[in-house]
Amino acid sequence: MSQSRRQTLQDAKVVAQKMRKSILRMTHQAQGGHPGGCLSATDLLAVLYRCFLRVDPKNPKWTERDYFFLSKGHAVPAQYAVLIEMGFLAGEEIYDFRQREGRLPAYPSCELTPGIDMASGSLGQGLSVANGTALAARLNGSEQRAYVMLGDGELHEGQVWEAMMTAAHYKLNNVCAIVDYNKLQLDGSLDEIKTLGDLRAKWAAFGWHTIEIDGHDFEQIYEAFTEAKDFKEAPSVIIAHTVKGKGVSFMEDEVGWHCAAPSDEQLEVALKELS
Amino acid sequence: MMIAPRLAYGQALVELGQENEDVVVLDADVAKASMTILFKEAFPERFFDLGIAESDIIGTGAGFAVAGKIPFVNAYANFLLGNGWEQIRISVCYAKQNVKIIGHNIGASSGKDGPTHLPLEDIALTRAFPGMTVIEPVDGIEVKKAVKALAEHVGPAYMRVGRIPIPVVTKEDDEFVIGKANILREGKDVTIIACGVMVSKALSAAAALSREGLNAEVINMHTIKPLDKESILKSIEKTGAVVTAEEHTVIGGLGSAVAEYLATAMPVPMRIVGSPDRFGVCGTYDEIHEVLGLTVEKIREAVRDVIILK
Repeated sequence: MSQSRRQTLQDAKVVAQKMRKSILRMTHQAQGGHPGGCLSATDLLAVLYRCFLRVDPKNPKWTERDYFFLSKGHAVPAQYAVLIEMGFLAGEEIYDFRQREGRLPAYPSCELTPGIDMASGSLGQGLSVANGTALAARLNGSEQRAYVMLGDGELHEGQVWEAMMTAAHYKLNNVCAIVDYNKLQLDGSLDEIKTLGDLRAKWAAFGWHTIEIDGHDFEQIYEAFTEAKDFKEAPSVIIAHTVKGKGVSFMEDEVGWHCAAPSDEQLEVALKELS
Repeated sequence: MMIAPRLAYGQALVELGQENEDVVVLDADVAKASMTILFKEAFPERFFDLGIAESDIIGTGAGFAVAGKIPFVNAYANFLLGNGWEQIRISVCYAKQNVKIIGHNIGASSGKDGPTHLPLEDIALTRAFPGMTVIEPVDGIEVKKAVKALAEHVGPAYMRVGRIPIPVVTKEDDEFVIGKANILREGKDVTIIACGVMVSKALSAAAALSREGLNAEVINMHTIKPLDKESILKSIEKTGAVVTAEEHTVIGGLGSAVAEYLATAMPVPMRIVGSPDRFGVCGTYDEIHEVLGLTVEKIREAVRDVIILK
């Protein structure tokens, strides 16, 4: 690994740790939200934003920006946290999460929040939107790329599979989907509720270039985004095996933390673990 | 003269495509029915067939809008709104994206294809969305003006387009402004507010009523949302009674919109002519209209009812 790469990934790790603290503070102060699925997505978002996504915090609507869509909208505290680290939002705005005033609603709003390009919160819709932006970029002769993060439980939604076919049909090599595969959903484990089976084979059968990684290994995440960008024959999906609640011992792999807020004591313990 | 709205629509898209490079057209495998095939032939690089995937096509259209394009998204009205409703709600309306949603084969257009293919609920479904504009052009000439107006209008919009040739009741130089109703016939005894093909039937009813000594005002309410309340109020103040007519269920459509407004603004005797709470049948366009009561005679009866109540 080159020195500069090592430094970049070290930066991303620092960003990820700060994001985790923001996520915990956000969900704690609001006494609501979905910390488990935020913490599983954190490392992926840190590397994506720090190393790959071409965006400009001073000009969020820059017409040549890359697009990122958080299709699993309930994990938006993770996106707010990375937008804070990137300079789109101010750090103190975490206290506005889920509040009537302010710019950080419970689910993504493209109207309220700089750096967010599409509303979500109703699962299954993000990949279609990413495809639309990717087709527009191609029409414009632009190098813009469209990234979309999907939850694993979200893959139960039929629209995702419609959109997978669309991306493959149009050979949208400027689309990169990321599956945050933390194996848990609201009612229990995916294997209990509705298994995804051989997920990689399913994406491959739908015409996608598939990359499978440990979604908490920064080197693997970096390599995966690089491979996705370089692959020109088809859209790419990064199936990232993650741990729900990653980084906080009592939240890890616990389905109860899909939708729950830490108490004062739990916040204190969690922040100590992350220091 | 009769013109099929869908044909006028396809031609209008081609004209629009020549004027505006940002216009893209998406279809869900019904391009030959929606007549977007004309745009496909003229601008193949700006036409996208998403296949039979109405949820996906709405989201893809929203993505085009995020990137600054002006997408016209097409499919049969019932499939597009039924399968795409939640996508329209979040990715289009809540996100305030500039997507033009075009519902085809509306009302009785699909004739003998029968109940599954006869959308009588689409105005109700789209009118409920915050920020959605809802339009039903009155004839083929107005379709062309509506397409241009939609491209200039910024924000989510739904337009209904029929398949069957319908009478032309406007002229090329008549004004079309979204949200501004057109009075096609002035009168003092009753106001008939109609949209789409029912406007021509309202005009026929008004002509027949005049022979009975009743003078009906006929308003073409091509924009169902936002409703032109000012024009309604002005007319009702004069006539004191109202009948609405639409090729749509009486639940949640034009009649409901007018009733919601007048119930508080100025309650007057009112009747709503539209499909009763039922599905359509397999039949010709005219047969279905007969079965559902979308007739000149029903409008005349409704007018007589409200005039007695004045």
